Amino acid sequence: MVSTREGFRPWEIFLFSVATLITLLICVGVGSVSLSPITTAAVIWNALWGLPMPEGVSATIILAVRLPRVLCVALTGASLALCGGAMQGLLRNSLADGSTLGVASGASLGAVIAIAFGITFPVMPLGGTMLMAMLFGFLSLVVILSLAYRLDGTLSTNTIILVGVIWSMFVSSLISLIVTFNSEKVRSITFWTMGSLQGSNYANTLTLLLALTVFGGVLLGRARELNAFAIGEDNARSVGVDVKRVKLTVLVCVSALIGVCVAIGGSIGFVGLVTPHAVRLLVGPNHRRLLPASLFGGAIFLMLADLAARVLLNPVELPIGVVTSLIGAVAFMVIFTRSRKKDAHA
Amino acid sequence: MLEIQNLSVRYGALPAVDEVSFTVREGEWLMIVGPNGAGKSTLLSAIAQGAPYRGDIRLGGQDARRIRPRERARWLGMLSQSHTVGYAFTVEEIVRLGRYAYAGMLGGGSEADERAVEDALAKTGMLPYRDHSALTLSGGELQRAFLAQVFAQDPRLLILDEPTNHLDLAYQKQVFELIWEWLAQPGRAAVSVVHDLSLARLYGTHALLMNGGKAAAAGPIGDALRPELLQRVYGLDVYAWMQTLLQPWIAPAPDHLPESAYRQADSLPNWIDKPRPLAP
Repeated sequence: MVSTREGFRPWEIFLFSVATLITLLICVGVGSVSLSPITTAAVIWNALWGLPMPEGVSATIILAVRLPRVLCVALTGASLALCGGAMQGLLRNSLADGSTLGVASGASLGAVIAIAFGITFPVMPLGGTMLMAMLFGFLSLVVILSLAYRLDGTLSTNTIILVGVIWSMFVSSLISLIVTFNSEKVRSITFWTMGSLQGSNYANTLTLLLALTVFGGVLLGRARELNAFAIGEDNARSVGVDVKRVKLTVLVCVSALIGVCVAIGGSIGFVGLVTPHAVRLLVGPNHRRLLPASLFGGAIFLMLADLAARVLLNPVELPIGVVTSLIGAVAFMVIFTRSRKKDAHA
Repeated sequence: MLEIQNLSVRYGALPAVDEVSFTVREGEWLMIVGPNGAGKSTLLSAIAQGAPYRGDIRLGGQDARRIRPRERARWLGMLSQSHTVGYAFTVEEIVRLGRYAYAGMLGGGSEADERAVEDALAKTGMLPYRDHSALTLSGGELQRAFLAQVFAQDPRLLILDEPTNHLDLAYQKQVFELIWEWLAQPGRAAVSVVHDLSLARLYGTHALLMNGGKAAAAGPIGDALRPELLQRVYGLDVYAWMQTLLQPWIAPAPDHLPESAYRQADSLPNWIDKPRPLAP
């Protein structure tokens, strides 16, 4: 059967799930009051089924503070990595990602505008911010890609990244401008530029889960088309891919998903760049394996980064974006150097 | 099978293809030839719906614009002259992609898919390479991998854009013979852009001679590639030049030969002209 040979095998799903779960338990357990992963698991298990809590454990810290945060971190990581993987396939460029392309900064701008000018929905308190973040994320993608296309027509790495950098700088200055005049309304600039999932709650978790299920589901369903794009757009058209439609679907889903992540956690850079790249070394470039593996990989990576942000300079807590950007910037340099060398040899 | 009526493609104000009409029937191999910039490749990408065009392209009587992408892929497959695969996909993954147009909603593969992939790999001699990464293949091997993909796709019409441009002579022969074999099956036809007029003449059944975006001649290969037409389009006595190219092989250059060979060279049949300077 084709699907079993190309797709993700059951034992691989199992292995990745176990790794994600263990990371989650460790991350929830570690903190000012540290618990073993087994105790943590027991607390969560008992809470799920309404059983009495183990003796002498402060369940509140775990259930009300750490668990929702770590869950949000995991879901954000999974979403961003999935988006990165999809973009890298679609644009056939291993340096594409929400942060390098400027989608994340665009989404931040949308969120900041929504907050500063009080764009809200009566039912959902975060609805306005989220919709604006999605919209601006998508607009950013359209602007960047059409500008890059205008400049060289082939969407080469260098052009996309250059345009992305310029766009990010432009957007950052706009954000700073708006925040300066609305400082009482908008959370600090650092939140939008560095990102933080401190103080996330279950409502955020649910929103992220919903967004990941809907948009992530669509992206996962486009794995074969993304394979075709990764091999070449003309080839994709030749084998029967509806090129325009798939491109639009992927771009909309990516910007929507990034928009939701940004509205909740600010822009957390480089997760979408580093994870698919690392995962590709592990499971190969086929998106039917790469995308699900990125999902797990992104969750694990961001949970660990969040853990580092919490414990590295304890009691001072770093913004999570600082940790990912530190790792990401180094990884970016390595990938860029390698791809340049490859180009030079070709 | 393929009918083209008054097809025009513009790049800005410049017409790249200008009011071209022709028809390709079952069993035919149409060779599109002409000088650089004649609009050959543009014409091909319009047929494959990769460039916006005016006019009419019909596949099996249907307007090509209205055929959905998957169904179109079952009608026509395209092989480009070169490929730059972005990531380390294996040959088998590339070939398997050829079955995209036949996949169901869930993307599961059928027995027919398996058979088509195996056949295509075997026919093109790519079975030993099935697990090789595309990044490690030579130009010839990569071209055969994509030929296998288009064979697995099993279209009725094959569109080829200078399929052997970067390949050495052995690969050229191999690729053309594989396509020739493929074409022998019922209900098939091929259209290709070819620079090498000898290859075009040898394998083509029909030809479209293009110049400046217009069709200078079209029809059975012998009629469309007549010497006087070629001379007008290329600004060069093509037949004489091809004979000149061959001459060193038939009558080797004198300085490599003993004196007795000169007389032999002089007594060559008179249809081989002496080398002469190119027309300005």
